[in-house]
Order: sequence, then structure tokens, then C-alpha cells
Amino acid sequence: MADAPQTGKPKVAFYWCASCGGCEEAVVDLAEAILEVVGAVDIAFWPVALDFKRRDVEAMEDGSLAASFINGAVRTTEQAEMAQLLRQKSKLVIAFGACAHLGGIPGLANLWDRESIFRRVYLESPSTDNPDGVLPQVRYEDDGRPLTLPGFFDTVRTLDQVVPVDYYLPGCPPTPNIILQAVRALLRGELPARGSVLAPDQALCEECPRKDSKPERLGLVEFKRPHQVLVDEGTCLLAQGLLCLGPATRAGCGALCVKGNMPCSGCFGPTSRVRDYGGKALSALASIVASNAGEEIVRIFQQIPDPTGTLYRYSLPASLLRRRREVRAA
Amino acid sequence: MRRRVTIDPITRLEGHGKIDIFLDEQGQVERAYFQVPELRGFEKFAEGRPAEEMPQITSRICGVCPTAHHMASTKALDALYQVTPPPAARKIRELVYSTFMTEDHALHFYFLGGPDFVVGPTAPAAERNVLGVIARVGLEVGQRVIAMRRRLRELIALVGGKAVHPVLGLPGGVARRLTPQDQARFQEVAGEAVEFARFTLKLFQDVVLKNSDYVALIRDDAFTHRTYYMGLVDNRNRVNFYDGRIRVTSPEGRELTTFAAADYLDYVAEHVEPWSYVKFCYLKPVGWKGFVDGPDSGIYCVAPLARLNAADGMATPLAQEAYEEFYATLGGKPVHHTLANHWARVIELLYAAERMRELANDPEIIDPVVRTLPTATPRAGVGVVEAPRGTLFHHYETDERGVIQRANLIVATQNNAARIAMSVEKAAKGVLSGRELSEGLLNMVEMAFRAYDPCHACATHSLPGSMPLVLRLRDRQGNVLGLLRRDHDGRVHRT
Repeated sequence: MADAPQTGKPKVAFYWCASCGGCEEAVVDLAEAILEVVGAVDIAFWPVALDFKRRDVEAMEDGSLAASFINGAVRTTEQAEMAQLLRQKSKLVIAFGACAHLGGIPGLANLWDRESIFRRVYLESPSTDNPDGVLPQVRYEDDGRPLTLPGFFDTVRTLDQVVPVDYYLPGCPPTPNIILQAVRALLRGELPARGSVLAPDQALCEECPRKDSKPERLGLVEFKRPHQVLVDEGTCLLAQGLLCLGPATRAGCGALCVKGNMPCSGCFGPTSRVRDYGGKALSALASIVASNAGEEIVRIFQQIPDPTGTLYRYSLPASLLRRRREVRAA
Repeated sequence: MRRRVTIDPITRLEGHGKIDIFLDEQGQVERAYFQVPELRGFEKFAEGRPAEEMPQITSRICGVCPTAHHMASTKALDALYQVTPPPAARKIRELVYSTFMTEDHALHFYFLGGPDFVVGPTAPAAERNVLGVIARVGLEVGQRVIAMRRRLRELIALVGGKAVHPVLGLPGGVARRLTPQDQARFQEVAGEAVEFARFTLKLFQDVVLKNSDYVALIRDDAFTHRTYYMGLVDNRNRVNFYDGRIRVTSPEGRELTTFAAADYLDYVAEHVEPWSYVKFCYLKPVGWKGFVDGPDSGIYCVAPLARLNAADGMATPLAQEAYEEFYATLGGKPVHHTLANHWARVIELLYAAERMRELANDPEIIDPVVRTLPTATPRAGVGVVEAPRGTLFHHYETDERGVIQRANLIVATQNNAARIAMSVEKAAKGVLSGRELSEGLLNMVEMAFRAYDPCHACATHSLPGSMPLVLRLRDRQGNVLGLLRRDHDGRVHRT
């Protein structure tokens, strides 16, 4: 089996759990700067780009990796095992991106239980033809040949709910500039206190190009959905009645979605002073609604068709709620 | 004694996968399984979400082809709200899409699939990657690839906010118009992209086609399957990535059918196997006959090779030239050689760049009217695009507020799943049987799936339940006496 190059440079690993590959793309989007990174470290494991296998990682000495960058939420037994294996082999573990940090969009699966998801996908989907009700099996014997698949947890978890995490890189995905800053800080040994989120600790509004058009008092009387209105390209989106989560969201991306003329949906998560992202977002919205009358407030908030999925878009597994419990009749 | 070899994880692809190979006492491959060990659950957790959020939510199915999910989803919203985007909006979408296809195909060629050819299929694992490619072709070429890709992705971000997970799509149009300055940037980069694509085609010809070993490998029966082929075509049956009708051609090269996206349920069905989390698509009119090829089997293929086979040609001149050379060299249409996907991908790279240039030069693309506001009550909508990895279907049903009640997604790699499983097994039998196993030979088995550029991040958007179990009870002769099955809900059945 091939050996990792022996150059004395710090060894790092990249791995993905329940994720989309966008975090890997963000690394490739370092573009010219990726040559700086690969010049400074040995990448000892990175399945998307390099041919090292799991047994190559198992053969490493404990603590021999300087850092593992792990993206994705933890959904399966295999992902939990790999997170534990890489934790054992690494001095530092960095939760890379919104899914590892907060659960991310795959964490919205915590609004259902396994069984209802299973039924929809394998039995009820209109294109599925499965008269015998065949289901994928964790252990299956095909003509005497034993085959295995990883098992599924009922609940999607963040990386730090499975293994200890040293640092967090936020974002869906983290932007190349914050990745590069983190890698440079790592190489120079200039990292902040353990447990830190490696991005600016202020609200996105602070770096929004429309900041100057945000009124002192917003006084919203309705929430509009982006497909219902023509959105002005220069004015604060909240001032236009669109549900922009900039006030509740950590800065660091450069307000990319706003530059695309769409509201912030909160992928960088909260600042360090916030325990629950969705709670903070709701509080921010409550403070900018014009009315003090109960019925009117209810009318305004009913214009948000999906509060849970909107305010916890990226953070349900990391929230105080974590998941919805299905209550069944006995 | 029977031996088992596991390749885990399979590498240089998007998402997770593993290969289990079983060899008999003589070292002959009995059976190889291509397994996908992961799932997430988008079809279920889409329920309850506002429809207009779907282009952003479903782009998280795949961060490698987010733009494909974003566009299929946005087109499903057009259908859902029964609204037609203004001409400039339609062109902006296709311009962004062509830019995306150019960069994504380049990514596969240089980073994922290419190392097998440029560095060599059995080169040491530590070198068989993009860094090895740069070492072989020179740092200058490497820097050119990196710079081209960066510039293409900057353009996607210019219009879509983000390069990974763009935000431009809305029912009836796009969020942001294109200014004359934006157009000038697109024109400049598009010209370079066409040159870059020509350079890549030349590189492919020099490195692969001039090497008789590689040409023999492409033509090898171990990497060949005679199946149906599917792809979007325009009104002259030419390849189109963004729009058109879906055409299916037979293993003999005849048209089986063309159909509109909205009718997909009449043509596409999904089969479940107990040993993989991915569902296997097949042509409904032909039916599921197991993992076999030929005209009696409903297994079909999507992505570059399939698109070329399903179409009558390319809509741009340079790509058309390359298309003709492709079939002339490989013995006519259709081409059934899996590894020819790499060549077909480079031809498509050229088409995407040429199409990008055409649209960038279209004066109408800077028209400020880029939205038609929806007024109809939403009900249901289907959207289809050709993702880099093949035909991609999004299907939504909503309530009258436009909140998703049901979602069904058939992604590119799922369409290919059955053929990929067959390809891995046939390659294992052809390459490994009776030989001393080495890491390089095992990599040649991986080449069988890599040609499809599969994306298991996409293919595993759906999510199954708990940990069901099947036990087969057998007598000493191996005859099955009964089946004990534990379901996802924990109930045990005996049959």
C-alpha cells in the first residue's frame, strides 16, 4: 500500500460525513492559494482528491496528524467511527462548515423520525416500484456473500456531539478567505482559545454593503417572500420587508447572498454571545415588528410560512430543541 | 477458500462509496458489489418548506453541482407557479449554467478522472492525483487550470452571490439583472474558456489517444456495456444542458422515445436492492430485468457519453467537429465504452464554453427585465436539467400558499447507478481474475465508476430508516429454507 510522503511537514486530513461536497469545493476554490497550502502541509487523507484508504489512516500513530478538518453532520455509524478514528489520530479536530458546526441543512431531517423518512423514500415515492417492500439492510447475505451497510442514527448530530472539537469554521460552505486565515493561523501556532469559531465575532449587518440604508427603526408591518416582490438592489432587505437574517448571523462571508440580491439565510450561525441561533433570530425579528397589539403581531408572523425551517435552517441539531419528537398513538 | 477484497472508501469522486469483491479459490472474481453507504433525507425534510426556498435547500444535496440542483429546482418553480421567465432571465440562467458546466467538467478532467490517464492507472497512489497531474504537465499548465476555474467561479458568484450554493433562481426569473460591465466580464472570460477547452481537448488527444495502451483500455470489453442512453435535446435533437425534451435511444442507436419533463413518471422508475442505499433507475416501458445489459433490459445510462449517444449532434461548431471525430475514431454510433465518457466530457466542455460565449455576446442578456411575478395558485411542477453527471429531475407538489407537501427527486447518479454497478463488476472480472492483486489493479476497478463522475452526495439525498436485518435460513446444501426479516420499525417477519 502506498505511504504518505515523508517530508516532515505537518500532516493534515480532510474528511466528509453527511455533507454535500461544498466544503471540498470551497477548499478547491482557494485557487492559487491551494498551492501555498499543499506546499506547507502533507495531506495524508482526502477521499475526494487523493487515493489513500481507511486502512492508511488506521495505520497512523495516534496524534500523528496535526489537524483533521471534518465536514458534514453525523448521520451514520460509519461517519461516527471515522470521526472517532480521526480524533484519535489528530492533535486538533476542526469542525469545517455549517453541517459539522451546527448540523446544517441535513439537520432539518430532525423534524421527522427515521420511519416516516424511510417510508416516503423506499415505499411511497411515486417513481419507486417496490412491490415486495425491499429495504436496504445493514447486514445482508447475497448467495452466501455477506454484505454490510452502515447503520443510521435516529437523530442527526453535530460533530461536537460525537467527538471533542477544538475549533469551528462556520459557513455553508466556509469561504476561501476564512479557510486560508485559519490554515495560516494553524501553521503559525497563532490560534485563539480552544472552542473558538474562527470568524469575526460580530453580526453580518456590520459588513453588509447595504448597511447605510438600514433604518434606525425598521417598524415592519408585513413579511414578504422573495418571489412575491421585485427586490431593489441597493436597499436594506429587511427595510423592504424581506426576512433577512443578517442581524442574528455571524459575519465573515462578505454578505455574498445579499450581493446576489437575496436575503441572508444564516449559514454562519450565531456570534459567541448567543446560545440558540433560532431563538436569537426570532428575538431580532420580534424587535423590528411595528405593532404592540397581540392579534396584529400574530397576523404579521403568520406571513412566515415555515418559522422552524427558516430560523433553524442550518442549526436544528445544535439548537436547544435538537429534534422534533414524534408522538404516536399507542 | 473464497476471498474477499474491499476497497474503502472509493476515492476521487463526490460522496461515499465502497466496493466489495468476492473471489473463488482459483482467484476468479465471482461477484463485485458497488455499494453506497450513506443517505440524508431531502425528499422528506423538504415537506413544510416554502417552495421558493427549494433552489437553495436542494443545492445542499450537492456542493459540487449545486448549480444543477438550483436550476432544476428553479425550473420546477416556473412550472409550479405557471410562469414564464422574461427572455433575459432565461438567458442569464443558461449563461450561468454554461459557466458552471465548463468549470465542473474541467474539475473532473483535471482533479478526479484525469490522474488515471495523465499520471497512469497503476501509478503509486500518492502521485495519482491533481498534484501528480501538475507534476506531469507542468506547473504552468496547472496554474492555467487553477486560474481558469477561479475566473469561471467568480462569474457564477457575480450573478449568483455564491459560487457554492448560488441564490439567483426565483420562479419567473432571476434575482439580479446583468449590467453591461458584467456582460463585458463574461465576454472576456468566455473567449478564454473556449481556448482553454480546445487546449484540454488537445491534451486529451495527446495523452490518451496517442497512447495505444489507453485506446485499447477504452475499447476493452471489460469496460463496455450495451444499454439505453438518455439526455436532453433541443428541437433539432442536439445536446442541450438547460432545456428541451428528454430523448432515449436504444443500444442499437435507434430512438426509443422523447418525452417532456412533466411526463417523467411514465418513463422512469426506481428499483430497491437490499445491499445499497441507492435506488436503481430503469426505463419503465422496458422494465427491470436485473443487472444485465442489452435491449431487453431497462437499464440506461446518462451523463456525457449518454448525452452524445442520445443526441444527433452538438449545437456549436467546434464541439460538432469534435463530436464527429469521436464517432469516426471509435467505430460509429452509439459508443458503448464506459471510459469514452472522459473524451465525451471534454467535447461537452468545449460545447459549454462555446455556448457561454454565444450567450455572453447576446445583446438581450443585459435587458433589465428579469422577473415575471407569479400570480397563479401553485399546485405541482417538474423541472429538469442535464447536470454534469446526467439528467436531473425535481418534482414538487404544494398547498395553495406554495408550501411543499410532496417532493420527488431523481438525480443524475441514480439514473446511472445500475450501469455503474455492472461496470464495476465487469471491470473486476476482466481486470482482477486470476491475477496477483495489487493496488494499481484495484484502482483500475475504480476507474470503471470514475468515468461516470458519480456523485453519491447527490445519489444519497434520500434517507432510509433504522437498521433492518435479513437472515436467510439454509440447510447444509445451501438451500434457502426461509427468510427472517427485521423491519425498520423493529418487527420481525418470517417467510
